[in-house]
Amino acid sequence: MKILVCISNVPDTTSKINFTSDNAAFDKNGVQFVINPWDEYALTRAIELKEEKGGSVSVLNVGEADTEQNIRKALAIGADDAIRVNAHPKDAFFVAQQIAHVAKEGAYDIILMGKESIDYNGFQVHGMVGELLGIPAITPAFKLDMLDDTTARLEKEIEGGKEIVEVKLPFVASAQQPMCEPRIPNMRGIMTARTKPLNVVEPVSTETKTEYTSYSKPEKKGGVRMVDAANAGELITLLRNEAKVL
Amino acid sequence: MSVLVFVEGYNGEVKKSSLEAASYGSQVAKALGTDAKAVAIGEVKEEALAALGAQGISKVLYDHDDRLHNFVAEAYLKVIAQAAAQESAKVIVFSNTNVGAALGSRLAVRLNGSLATNVTQLPEISGDSFTVTRGVFSGKAFAQVKLTSDVKLIAVKKNTIEILNDAGTTAAVEPFSTGLSDADFAAAPKETVLQETDGVLLQEAEIVVSGGRGLKGPENWHLVEDLAKALGAATACSKPVSDQDWRPHSEHVGQTGITISPNLYIAIGISGAIQHLAGVNSSKVIVVINKDPEAPFFKAADYGIVGDAFEVVPKLIEAAKALDR
Repeated sequence: MKILVCISNVPDTTSKINFTSDNAAFDKNGVQFVINPWDEYALTRAIELKEEKGGSVSVLNVGEADTEQNIRKALAIGADDAIRVNAHPKDAFFVAQQIAHVAKEGAYDIILMGKESIDYNGFQVHGMVGELLGIPAITPAFKLDMLDDTTARLEKEIEGGKEIVEVKLPFVASAQQPMCEPRIPNMRGIMTARTKPLNVVEPVSTETKTEYTSYSKPEKKGGVRMVDAANAGELITLLRNEAKVL
Repeated sequence: MSVLVFVEGYNGEVKKSSLEAASYGSQVAKALGTDAKAVAIGEVKEEALAALGAQGISKVLYDHDDRLHNFVAEAYLKVIAQAAAQESAKVIVFSNTNVGAALGSRLAVRLNGSLATNVTQLPEISGDSFTVTRGVFSGKAFAQVKLTSDVKLIAVKKNTIEILNDAGTTAAVEPFSTGLSDADFAAAPKETVLQETDGVLLQEAEIVVSGGRGLKGPENWHLVEDLAKALGAATACSKPVSDQDWRPHSEHVGQTGITISPNLYIAIGISGAIQHLAGVNSSKVIVVINKDPEAPFFKAADYGIVGDAFEVVPKLIEAAKALDR
């Protein structure tokens, strides 16, 4: 069983978000990048499945050379090898095309990724990859098990409940908690990651469908109005008469 | 040319998020000088569909094939794609729900269109240029995105678009049949399990009451539940609470949980880590109740009470019950 895990390189969850002075691009200055937290669920579950059933886990990132630090981290967590498609991830469709191409060339059985990235919050690459490959995309899944060598059982979230799906390989799935407890690299992992293969490939030529023109930040709040705890009921009055939300 | 809105049902009614999508779609149609149609699938009452006229929908194509009661991606895709073809839809609008995301991303590829999810404002249209605003960086910023393909797909973020209410206007409901084959249902779910929600879905709720570790244990959750009940709210929790199994993961709001944008979010005993804020920072009004005056959440709040939840919340419940609703 060959599993492909797609990871995205995103600003650390505690980062302050700033843009360049013309508001045309994200300002990377002083920002630390991490593996997208949702993708960590996909990665760890893939490694667990490999440990249970055998096979291999490959990591894929569409990004420029500065993402390699996090690709090595994924290898340290337990992936066997990695592929970096050497391109700026221009938009979701562009990235989906690259993933679909690698997945097809490598004949992967399961293509996993996080539900969305915490920077662009697109929530769409998994469906696009499924459509490009003509295979099911189960999203967002919070449980994934293999029933036998060719069939997986997934539980996915729907608003107000869950659905249980059984699907034959190959398929795409997006991960969210509580799929597993994401692992962190240990010392042995970090040592072995240095020698694991990381192949850099050039992107396939494809169009983009969207163009990011500018960014803005939400208006700052006017500050907090405090209510005395002894007189807490007054809050309800304020919420009705002042904030008008009750 | 027309605008097509995909409408989702819940318990036979049209979801609130779909009323928002319909309101969005009809305003786009107006700007483009055309009509907004809708497509509905599965079990939704015809009266509820006809009432979409109030949101500016002129016609609803309704496919109520028995096999479509549960969400089956391939079958739903075919129905929507065929409706889009029949109505020559150039703009397709839906809600940024789990179902919407699963369909929209595939549909965008199938129709060779541009997709924008998490959209928070009506588009700016000038000539051939069509630009939407969408939430990025987990609620910390917005991006303006130009949709460059001929066909445009827009997933509207919940609770960001005001619902139009042109009372008395009804939409024509037309049966719509797509001739689906059994193969389209091959990936149908084995089982669908719905939670008991008292009818208020967390993702759709206008008011959410949420609890954190400050509540000390699951046995104290009646405080959250009773306040929620008095306010007609849904309940939620922070990540540590769901990690410790005090509450189910489906209630976890935050960076890696559910993202919500209610009109009112009341956080009890939650310190407000940046990861939690990422899930709730687009709430319109935030109330923070915490006994630690230094809790970072107060910085993001509109109203705050420094005090012990066990003393403060019963007072709030009492005051909320006394409200004339």
